[in-house]
Amino acid sequence: MNKQQPEIEVNNLTLGYGNFTLMKDISFQVNKGDIFIIMGASGGGKSTLLKALTGLLEPFSGQICIGGTDFTKASPQQRNQIMQRCGILYQSGALFSSMTLAENIALPLQRYTSYSPKLISELVSLKLALVGLTGFEDYYPSEISGGMKKRAGLARALALDPKIVYFDEPSAGLDPISSKLLDDLILDLNQSLGTTIVVVTHELDSIFAIGSNSIFLDADTKGISGRGNPKELLKNTQNPKLREFLTRGGEKNA
Amino acid sequence: MPLTFNLTKQTLEMELSGNFSSYDNETEKTALFNAAAKARNILVKTSGLERWDSTLVVVLYELAKRADKQKTSYDFSSLPENLHRLVSLALEVDRNPPSPPSRTTPWLEALGGWGLNIYTGFISGLKFLGRLLTSIGRFLTGKAVMRPVDFLFALEDCGYRAVAIVSLVSFMVGLILAFVGAIQLQTFGAQIYVASLVTIGMTRIMGAIMAGIIMAGRTGASYAAAIGTMQVNEEIDALKTMGIPVTDFLVLPRTLSLLITMPVLTVLADFMGIFGGTFVGTVMLDISLQEYIKFSVDTFELDNFLVGVFHGFLYGMIISLCGCYYGVNCGRNADSVGMAATKSVVSAIVWMIVVTGILTFIFKVLGI
Repeated sequence: MNKQQPEIEVNNLTLGYGNFTLMKDISFQVNKGDIFIIMGASGGGKSTLLKALTGLLEPFSGQICIGGTDFTKASPQQRNQIMQRCGILYQSGALFSSMTLAENIALPLQRYTSYSPKLISELVSLKLALVGLTGFEDYYPSEISGGMKKRAGLARALALDPKIVYFDEPSAGLDPISSKLLDDLILDLNQSLGTTIVVVTHELDSIFAIGSNSIFLDADTKGISGRGNPKELLKNTQNPKLREFLTRGGEKNA
Repeated sequence: MPLTFNLTKQTLEMELSGNFSSYDNETEKTALFNAAAKARNILVKTSGLERWDSTLVVVLYELAKRADKQKTSYDFSSLPENLHRLVSLALEVDRNPPSPPSRTTPWLEALGGWGLNIYTGFISGLKFLGRLLTSIGRFLTGKAVMRPVDFLFALEDCGYRAVAIVSLVSFMVGLILAFVGAIQLQTFGAQIYVASLVTIGMTRIMGAIMAGIIMAGRTGASYAAAIGTMQVNEEIDALKTMGIPVTDFLVLPRTLSLLITMPVLTVLADFMGIFGGTFVGTVMLDISLQEYIKFSVDTFELDNFLVGVFHGFLYGMIISLCGCYYGVNCGRNADSVGMAATKSVVSAIVWMIVVTGILTFIFKVLGI
């Protein structure tokens, strides 16, 4: 089984800004085909960790291996190669506002493949169809709703058939139905393409619906204070803070 | 990556085998679609299929879409489970676009729209000016909602931070003015009048124009971009819902500081220009410093000087009005912030020239 092969390995990673250390010596691994949840309270460093994983932030020390290559020590070309196999969905889609949806999605295809323009436009239509936006090729990002922007951002993240897709707060700003649809889409893509998915979120419903593995970041201890399948964590965890998080502070209220 | 198919009795049997990653064979695809157009029934076999990516999904998706249109039946159930899921996910249409947005307008409509745009733009510009003037009125009666610190920041930004660039550019303009004048005047042996030329030119109008153009590019554009970004971040909406007039809170401190600094910068530009002329006169034309200064002082007129300073004051109003107007009326995306900055600079410069033309005519009639 290739299920247990690690896709991303993080060893003794220390992160922060300036003189401020946000996380100290954290280690975890994400297996191939996992839907891996990075959870934690607001300000706990979830987004910072995602920035480090995607190369936007240099860690203070430690190692991030993606697909067996050390990402932190890689040359710019190697880094670029690794990033081509990763798709990222930013919080509000991060679509380029001066381009139509089709142009947005075609951009990575034109940059990194030698496909004919016809195939590229067919691929663009396919990716838009996959996220439920058939027929929206010629719309500008300002002409569609927030939820649709997110889907279009996902279509762009999927353009190059990535091995890993990162999601930054996928359900932020979406109504419960749209957010459920996006969760279903994440599950579908994970199962049909075998894509490894890393999700940063604190949305409990999503965490339990899609997560197959997770870590809980704790700002006070600057480390990981819980890991494993979220459903099992809910049953088994001894950590009061994680328990409170997973039950929405339920125990205090009870 | 062999894609084989044969058409018998209106049944298209297609077989996929081998490696289908980065599959981009246009002729094979066209042949397949042509054959599919004649079929009533499509069957797919994938016993030998090894690797595939989105490029194969594109073929199957296209095939299924065409088949749906012609009501041809197709059976994808023998596809690998994940490939089948992906195709059916793509075929699931959960919403249709309301109507394709039209990007072309007939020329007559475009012309009418252009005229209407200019008219409404002019009217809303006037309204903005009115709101700004009432804000200034409120400020004079001490009722305006303006944080003093905003005013001080704006004053610092268009005050001493602009001194270096205004000095440098006006020095160079004085230099150029003297050079160009000297070439003509030298032919009559009248190079001493370079001093008069530079003094009158700089104090009457050039100092104000140079300061105005620099500040339009430097400060007007920054006003438009800063206020435009606030519009994108919904900060302007927040101000409005809090009941704070945008003109008081954002426009007033910027306008007041430009109204204060522009006359001062104009005076600075005047003297730096004259200094540039002196440099050319004494170094290149061999006029003695005393003589040059004497000629300059003789031609220096308070009327000209005050006209220049008045121009500077009006330019300050125009620059801040254009910058803030386009910032407040900016759209909601990154593109529109850039557009707002461009429009603010272009229209500030155009209005400066228009106002100069009108004022020159008025002063001529008044004999100043």
